[in-house]
Amino acid sequence: MAIDIQMPALSPTMEEGTLSKWLVKEGDTVRSGDILAEIETDKATMEVESIDEGTVGKIVVAAGTDNVKVGAVILQLLEEGESASDLGAATAAPEPAPVQAETSPEPMSEPTPAPVMSSSAPMTAQIANDPDIPTNIKMVETTVRDALRDAMAEEMRRDETVFVMGEEVAQYQGAYKVTRDLLQEFGERRVIDTPITEHGFAGIGCGAAMGGLRPIVEFMTWNFAMQAIDHIINSAAKTLYMSGGQMRCPIVFRGPNGAASRVGAQHSHDYSSWYANVPGLKVVAPYDAADAKGLLKAAIRDPNPVVFLEHELLYGESFDVPDMDDFLIPIGKAKIRRIGTDVTLVAHSRMVGRCLEAAEILAGAGIDAEVIDLRTIRPLDSDTVIESVKKTNRLVCAEEGWGQSGIGAEIAARVVAEAFDYLDAPPERVFQVDVPLPYAANLEAMSLPGTEDVVAAAKKVCYVD
Amino acid sequence: MAASKKTKPKKSTLKVGQDELLGYYRDMLLIRRFEEKAGQLYGMGQIAGFCHLYIGQEAVVVGCRSAMQEGDQMITGYRDHGHMLACGMESRGVMAELTGRSGGYSRGKGGSMHMFSTEKKFYGGHGIVGAQVPLGAGLGFANKYLDNGAVSLAFFGDGASNQGQVYETFNMAKLWDLPVVFVIENNQYAMGTSVERSSAETELFKRGISFEIEGVQVDGMNVMAVRDAAQKAITHARSGKGPMILEMKTYRYRGHSMSDPAKYRSRDEVTKTRSESDPIDMVRARLLDEKWADDDSLKAIDKEIKAIVADAAEFAQTSPEPDPSELYTDVLLDAEV
Repeated sequence: MAIDIQMPALSPTMEEGTLSKWLVKEGDTVRSGDILAEIETDKATMEVESIDEGTVGKIVVAAGTDNVKVGAVILQLLEEGESASDLGAATAAPEPAPVQAETSPEPMSEPTPAPVMSSSAPMTAQIANDPDIPTNIKMVETTVRDALRDAMAEEMRRDETVFVMGEEVAQYQGAYKVTRDLLQEFGERRVIDTPITEHGFAGIGCGAAMGGLRPIVEFMTWNFAMQAIDHIINSAAKTLYMSGGQMRCPIVFRGPNGAASRVGAQHSHDYSSWYANVPGLKVVAPYDAADAKGLLKAAIRDPNPVVFLEHELLYGESFDVPDMDDFLIPIGKAKIRRIGTDVTLVAHSRMVGRCLEAAEILAGAGIDAEVIDLRTIRPLDSDTVIESVKKTNRLVCAEEGWGQSGIGAEIAARVVAEAFDYLDAPPERVFQVDVPLPYAANLEAMSLPGTEDVVAAAKKVCYVD
Repeated sequence: MAASKKTKPKKSTLKVGQDELLGYYRDMLLIRRFEEKAGQLYGMGQIAGFCHLYIGQEAVVVGCRSAMQEGDQMITGYRDHGHMLACGMESRGVMAELTGRSGGYSRGKGGSMHMFSTEKKFYGGHGIVGAQVPLGAGLGFANKYLDNGAVSLAFFGDGASNQGQVYETFNMAKLWDLPVVFVIENNQYAMGTSVERSSAETELFKRGISFEIEGVQVDGMNVMAVRDAAQKAITHARSGKGPMILEMKTYRYRGHSMSDPAKYRSRDEVTKTRSESDPIDMVRARLLDEKWADDDSLKAIDKEIKAIVADAAEFAQTSPEPDPSELYTDVLLDAEV
């Protein structure tokens, strides 16, 4: 049988890509290490090498094909002594079989991404109007990644003192391509590659902010920012207070936070509750692209240090973003994403998508859930949550991080303290299992909270089986 | 790029003018008397918490300050009272911060280790050992970005010189040729641990060699030697050539903080340094030698300084404690969005 060469996964989160170019043609002899094709993902263009030897029997996916799923057969290779008659039918849809990557197979353990809700979805009636977005404004479908990039570019055009620094933000165009094209537009004075020294460049960023600039410090992931946490807290957050209001530190620390996909415990930590604990910081964790853009612009203009927690698994998701010259969302305001009457589901970042999915499932069971996207977790807009609970009388808090001292614990405490008499059931919390995130696909899936966990918690507070 | 030679403590014959030398005398004496008073107020329970005195090290900050120009910035760690006075911050405001009163520079909310004056270009006052080094380089980064011609001086001790972030900063400061001067105040003890017991390379001016940063060891007890070295380093940084390291060999007469009995060194060691290389005595002797001052005129200066310090102490003890409403202010600034 011929060897099937499959579309490789080139990053832990890649699900599909564009087969931009073939570097071999049918009939060519291929040796191990030869470059077969160029593949473009949303992050980068990469070359696919052969790990087998043989003759190119059939090119299954033509050059220029978009949205080729990871695992799809793209080429069939004939081994020595085989001929075209040995070519089997290439399976169009991939088996759940491991993907042929360079060395390690990377089955996509991540469940299918949440179906994206947009204002054009059929459930418009249930979606709350966003007071931040004027009616009749044109919407443009944008990925979270590009929305963040656009926010930075717009603010850099507006204010000469805004600059970006971090690892691989300039020439490499961003490890996750969030800073793509910024170097080209703004040059190396304002888009600055740093050495791999988080503690040092976070400190230099704080000093630059004290010296009159507005730095955007990108951490390749928030996991690495633990090296720099002293400056985030001791230098950035506390200085205004310690100086009796004299010293300003207007700085944005941003990057992906929380679990990605199969990257293990040290690269999968959700720091929401860590930073939410610290007065002197603002902490933002958006879900969709519009919020990512409007909140990042607001964060860059904010005179205070802002911790901006993004989510790697949302970078590639597309949402409607209003086509406005200057679209800002005020920090500190939650958003009701779905209006409901029976139970309040509260989340931030990616868990908002899970809650929206859960709400659909619950609707099928006759439970009408209200979904609140916190958007900002410090200052925490508990008023919006409490008002909702006064109506629904039931609360579920969902987060990707661990439960102890978590965001859900804080919200539950506030709701119990301020709306105790309105509750018809004890609040429920949904969170990550209390272990470091495991690598194995099955264990990882068991660790992270998902839609079903939210559904179960909602049913529990509604006393429904 | 090689680090240059040591200079040995000696009777200073370095070039200096009368007014300049009298200025150094006055500035150093103010720090000395201020710190003595602070120590006294601490003993009386008027000052609490941590209080790190600068006595013995006065020549370092006064010499550096005299080499700075309008717009140049200063940042340091927790042993910061001398730096603030050298920057021209008011004795009253500094002392009242030590006593935690509303008249203090941080309105009582910072304390000994956390005072700032954006007006006087003093950027703290930082309590985490070594943290001021990247912050100081960040000020230099802003200077370069804004092309304002200013140089930032980041002071830190021999203890901080072993912190990892210092080397991260050295690397970036040279990589980007930031206008910053790193001033290592080597007073020979990181709290109770001597340089010999903590540092594989005890000649701290060499610590920049692998980053291509020129380092110079300076007699930190000689204010003119400090001034000369600082002038050279500041000019170097201002001209776009990047950072320099100045290792100031100095000595603190008191313990690490007020609560340190200083058992790790002998009384003799302290006495010997005080009698042989006190920075203020050195300047006083030179003033008398040059006949730029006599006992009477120096006494008049002493009296004047004493009055300033007494007034600061009085202010610091009578200024009211911060209003309870201050508890909640200065956490966040209002967003203009």
